[in-house]
Amino acid sequence: MRALLHRHEFYLAALTLALSAGIALANPAFCSVANLFDLCQGSTVMGLFALGVLIVLVSGGIDVSFAAIGAFSMYVTSKVLLGLDFQGSAAVALVLGGAIGTLLGLFNAFFIGFLRLPTLIVTLGSASLFRGFLLAFIGTAIVNTLPAGMVRFSKLTLWEMRLADGTIAGLPASFLLLVVAALLVGCVLQGTMLGRGIYALGGNPVAAARAGFNLRGRQLFIYGGTGLLSGLAGVVHACMMRNANPFDLVGMELNVLAAVVLGGAGITGGRGTVLGTLLGVGLIVTINNSLILLDVPSYWQKVVVGAVILVSTGITARTGWARARGAGLC
Amino acid sequence: MRPAIVAARNISKSFGGVQALREVSVALHRGEIRGLVGENGSGKSTLIQILAGVLGPDAGEIVVDGKTHAHLDPREAIRAGIQVIYQDFSLFPNLTVAENLALNTELEHGTRFVSRRRRRRIATAALARLGRDIDLTQTVAELSVADKQLVAIARALLHNARVIIMDEPTTALTQREVQTLFGIVADLKAQGMSLLFVGHKLQEVLALCDAITVLRNGRNVAEGEAAQFSPGDLVRHMTGRHLQGRPRATTVSEDEDLLKVTDLSKAGAFAHVSFAAGAGEVVGITGLLGSGRTELALSLFGLAPADSGTIEIAEQAVRIRSVPDALRAGIAYVPEDRLTEGVFAEQSIERNLAISGLSAWAHPAGWISPARLRRVVAPWLGRLRIQTPSARMPVAGLSGGNQQKVVLGRWLATQARVLILNGPTVGVDVGAKADIHAQIRELVGHGLTALLISDDLRELAEVCDRILVMHRGRIVREIPAAGCDENALARELGRLE
Repeated sequence: MRALLHRHEFYLAALTLALSAGIALANPAFCSVANLFDLCQGSTVMGLFALGVLIVLVSGGIDVSFAAIGAFSMYVTSKVLLGLDFQGSAAVALVLGGAIGTLLGLFNAFFIGFLRLPTLIVTLGSASLFRGFLLAFIGTAIVNTLPAGMVRFSKLTLWEMRLADGTIAGLPASFLLLVVAALLVGCVLQGTMLGRGIYALGGNPVAAARAGFNLRGRQLFIYGGTGLLSGLAGVVHACMMRNANPFDLVGMELNVLAAVVLGGAGITGGRGTVLGTLLGVGLIVTINNSLILLDVPSYWQKVVVGAVILVSTGITARTGWARARGAGLC
Repeated sequence: MRPAIVAARNISKSFGGVQALREVSVALHRGEIRGLVGENGSGKSTLIQILAGVLGPDAGEIVVDGKTHAHLDPREAIRAGIQVIYQDFSLFPNLTVAENLALNTELEHGTRFVSRRRRRRIATAALARLGRDIDLTQTVAELSVADKQLVAIARALLHNARVIIMDEPTTALTQREVQTLFGIVADLKAQGMSLLFVGHKLQEVLALCDAITVLRNGRNVAEGEAAQFSPGDLVRHMTGRHLQGRPRATTVSEDEDLLKVTDLSKAGAFAHVSFAAGAGEVVGITGLLGSGRTELALSLFGLAPADSGTIEIAEQAVRIRSVPDALRAGIAYVPEDRLTEGVFAEQSIERNLAISGLSAWAHPAGWISPARLRRVVAPWLGRLRIQTPSARMPVAGLSGGNQQKVVLGRWLATQARVLILNGPTVGVDVGAKADIHAQIRELVGHGLTALLISDDLRELAEVCDRILVMHRGRIVREIPAAGCDENALARELGRLE
């Protein structure tokens, strides 16, 4: 129980519950199953991006190219499948999008792992490069008719229920993708030497090299994996929107980074969990979605999100600092 | 003679034209503690890295159990049982004690999936060998420096270590922690372990080691049983010059108290502290960690202002609530950890020297003339004997001792009257230490007052005129330095525990 009180995740969950209770009091519509499904749907794309960003932050790096990778994978996948007049399953779209994302991630990994350039510089550069290449050479027109498989996937639900007013609310199948990805990332980070090596790298890169970790291999995994998750997120986004807009996604970077940091990941590396990241995403999505239910103007959402980040991470930083102080370290 | 477990023979190594080692030899026998001493830049670290297989020598050979290698690679070194405890411990602050202990072993065994139970088992066994108990679930960031070191030692032992190389292990430890460390080292020796103790605190080396090897400018200059050496011999070998310990020209002008502190208190740190220090006087402040000595210094410098009490400079009451207040009053502070608190390592020497007085040298409109800056700073390079080809070089390129001189000079250049020195020679080699001590004396000779906060009893006895002993936030003893040596001081401190 005491250990629970020391966990960032506990406070985050409590904050989300308190916020939800407040919103539910003001507008009972918040408590409906339909709204819950909406929140899950709204968390899927951001959650996939956030898992990738979590891995990068834990390793001590930072990635701002994931949205550009997502947009690139989404648009190219849609164009290619349309060009081939592909009628098969959306699984192929996900595999293709994931593969494109992985390749773009490995492009980052090359500069970071082999040329040892700073991660922020590399991903800032590659983000602009990917986006520019996409718009200049592949296209700027919105694809309004997606390949048949992607359209079918967008209508697929895990669970449906008929509401009192006769409409049907459903939990989209893509949410399952987020659940599986979260479980996988969680298992890799916590339960394998590959994942522990990423924490070690984020905690003390010099010691990680001395200990004999294969750091280049890890950079390939970190940025390749983030690319994979970003590519999947892009394809899922297109399915949800029922179109592929090459101008979409870019601009989400700060929100996703904010969610991950809110979830307890340290911007200086070595800290962060999947659970915290999902809670951070959940909180930000709840704020964004629910303030609409309360008739709060959308500009205020930004103010609220900003305030929550400052207060929440501020408290964690202060308590961590106080504890270090108690141990005679500062 | 018994065969050595590990020996380096006639090792030479150069880096881009700079000869770091010239035909250096050192040998370690079973159950032996050997001290490797030398000033910064004498080649100690290069030699360590060659023994650990991190660097390859240009010439010479490394002999392990009678087998000759031209070059050891890191894995061979580990397999041969050679472990280095680096000065920074090479730990992962974000991971738990258990994981830090087990990580290398898991890596070595090619583990893919982590098992908590196995991790715990490895960690418990590692600490048991040292006979110590540390909470395995704590993260390393939460440990004290001494406990971090224990974890690093315990981890080294896991690799069937037979030879442990400790790179300046006592630098960040308090007196009591050093004693604990020595106990552990003696235990390891009794278990048949060989240790190479690299350091420059000569009393420690002489107290602990069986044999000593001295390096100077990358060459062997002396070697033998520890009993053959006196501290003076070692200093002479290390520096190649004769540094005399004392003659202090005590020029205390007793008539004026430059600094007078009355009834200064800060909740949770110190209470009712009163003392006075005259111009030309060096007053030492010592006490165990947690005695309030550092907090006292910080409050005098305005970093953590006191709750009550008065501070007078030259009989004028001053109110110190912030660092600018302290600077205006003429109080300067040279911090404990020169790297994290003291210098801007990437910036040039001249900028570092100028930083604390910028507002005084700036044009009233706020801009700063580089030429003026250079003029203000130039004399200090010479006066402090900072060895550098150019004042525009980054401080990071200087040796530890010269970096410390830059920190000192930065405050002197502000024309301070009271200088608070917190552990000014921590991590500094003998030659530079003597220079810093001489510098302190020269400064007070010019009418400054220095407060010297230190753990180094010999330093206190040699440099100070009076020594104040703090305990639990109060000054409990005042000892005149005349006729006082480090042993007497150690007895005083011992009484407090």
